[in-house]
Amino acid sequence: MAVIDPIVQGILLGGLYALFATGLSMIFGVMRLVNLAHGDLSILAAFLALVTVRVTGLNPLLSLALVVPAMFCLGFLLQRGVLNFTLGRGVLPPVLATFGFSIIIQNLLLEAFSADSQRLNPGGIETASIALGDRLAIGWFPLITFVVAVLVLVGLQIFVSRTSLGRAFRATSDDQDAAELMGINNRSLYGLAMAISLGIVAVAGVFLGIRTTFVPSSGPDRLLFAFEAVIIGGLGSLWGTLAGGVILGVAQTIGAKLSPGWGVLTGHLVFLAVLLWRPTGLFAGAMKRSR
Amino acid sequence: MSLLSVRELAAFYGDFQALFGITLRIDAGETVAVIGSNGAGKTTFLKAIAGLLPVHSEAVRFAEQPVGGRPAHELVALGIVMVPEGRRIFPSLSVEENLKVGAYGKRRGPWSLRRVYDLFPILAERADQPGTTLSGGEQQMLAIGRALMANPRLLLFDEISLGLAPVMVRNIYHAMSAIISGGTTALVVEQDVSQVLQVADRVYCFRKGRVSLEGRPADLSREQISAAYFGV
Repeated sequence: MAVIDPIVQGILLGGLYALFATGLSMIFGVMRLVNLAHGDLSILAAFLALVTVRVTGLNPLLSLALVVPAMFCLGFLLQRGVLNFTLGRGVLPPVLATFGFSIIIQNLLLEAFSADSQRLNPGGIETASIALGDRLAIGWFPLITFVVAVLVLVGLQIFVSRTSLGRAFRATSDDQDAAELMGINNRSLYGLAMAISLGIVAVAGVFLGIRTTFVPSSGPDRLLFAFEAVIIGGLGSLWGTLAGGVILGVAQTIGAKLSPGWGVLTGHLVFLAVLLWRPTGLFAGAMKRSR
Repeated sequence: MSLLSVRELAAFYGDFQALFGITLRIDAGETVAVIGSNGAGKTTFLKAIAGLLPVHSEAVRFAEQPVGGRPAHELVALGIVMVPEGRRIFPSLSVEENLKVGAYGKRRGPWSLRRVYDLFPILAERADQPGTTLSGGEQQMLAIGRALMANPRLLLFDEISLGLAPVMVRNIYHAMSAIISGGTTALVVEQDVSQVLQVADRVYCFRKGRVSLEGRPADLSREQISAAYFGV
């Protein structure tokens, strides 16, 4: 049981990492844009939930009904208003622009909420658990997180493989000019892609805020874990992203089990090992093959 | 009435001028060929018409509207659709999905998945394969079928015989005749003159970014064409 417990907890934690990573991976796939503000935008969503809870008294889980649409709209505006203008001029402009957004978001949050750590309180569910035998228990909340992550990925998979818009996403990802020649308006498609990406990362941010405390500067850590999950799983593969998140989560919980300070470090080491062994990730292109 | 009329079209890649005042018209129902050697400006010309290059808005008029410089996706909605050079099949999409992407703009018209499959039965057999697993000639059929799915009023063919075996080139041109006889207006750009002169109503020869010859294939001698083509 001593081995099983961290593995189970790690798998569930991986669901959260996959939620962080999915949008990042999708944006890179569709428009070759590396969104360095991805982590900060998730923290922004957590603070939005905090404000919603304070103002309306809603449960933070229910606040998702407001926070997700808000982040969806923000993503659309951010892409159409700013990021679209940075595309097509090399790799640097979008990286600089999103890095700038990262700094702006962190400082605005610091200004508005101070550096105090915050937490979203969903009223008991975050500590409730199901006992499986004497020494193993699964928390309700990590389980919900994992299930939500899987549902989001299933939804995204159906969207990408079955709908006309999803086909357009893949076509644009393959060849932007050819997609444009087929009547696809890439720029408006990018707006939608960023909106979906931020809608998903909003869920991740709120779940993070329920699971643990957060401060305005928590974003970059989240971005790093998301990158690691994407790269372990392999770019362009939705299920690879989940697997990447799970591998990272298991590595961290096992590391933390060995010594409390080793969790994050072990995650990084596993990430580096994958990078050395299979630089394209473990499941690269699986989405393309399975279709 | 001209469906497409191009007047004094100039096009640039940065500081480099590739087209110097091209004037050309295509009437509805006509098939027009643009021939010329490598670097004559043929592909640039097609890109300019298809909306992939910035050009002056009055330089290109389609159905009496100025359309020069409008983005490609808007031109597709108007009915200007291109079969791009090199086919540009989407590798992560199956054959059928590639065709469906062609219908993304939901333009109404005679073409449907079924009619494209009737024209190219091999595509129906390979419907579920990834598009790029097809042979070169089959990919060319797929690229043509994908463009037809957009129900074009003006279909632009860019170097469709490039890199194909002669028998496949004949197949492709046979299919093209079927498409043209259905009433689609076509602009065919080719380096290989022999096939294209058989399908074209009129031909323009480009050299160094200018029109060096124009006329009906029957009225032009071989010597005239090679003089205009090579500039000798």
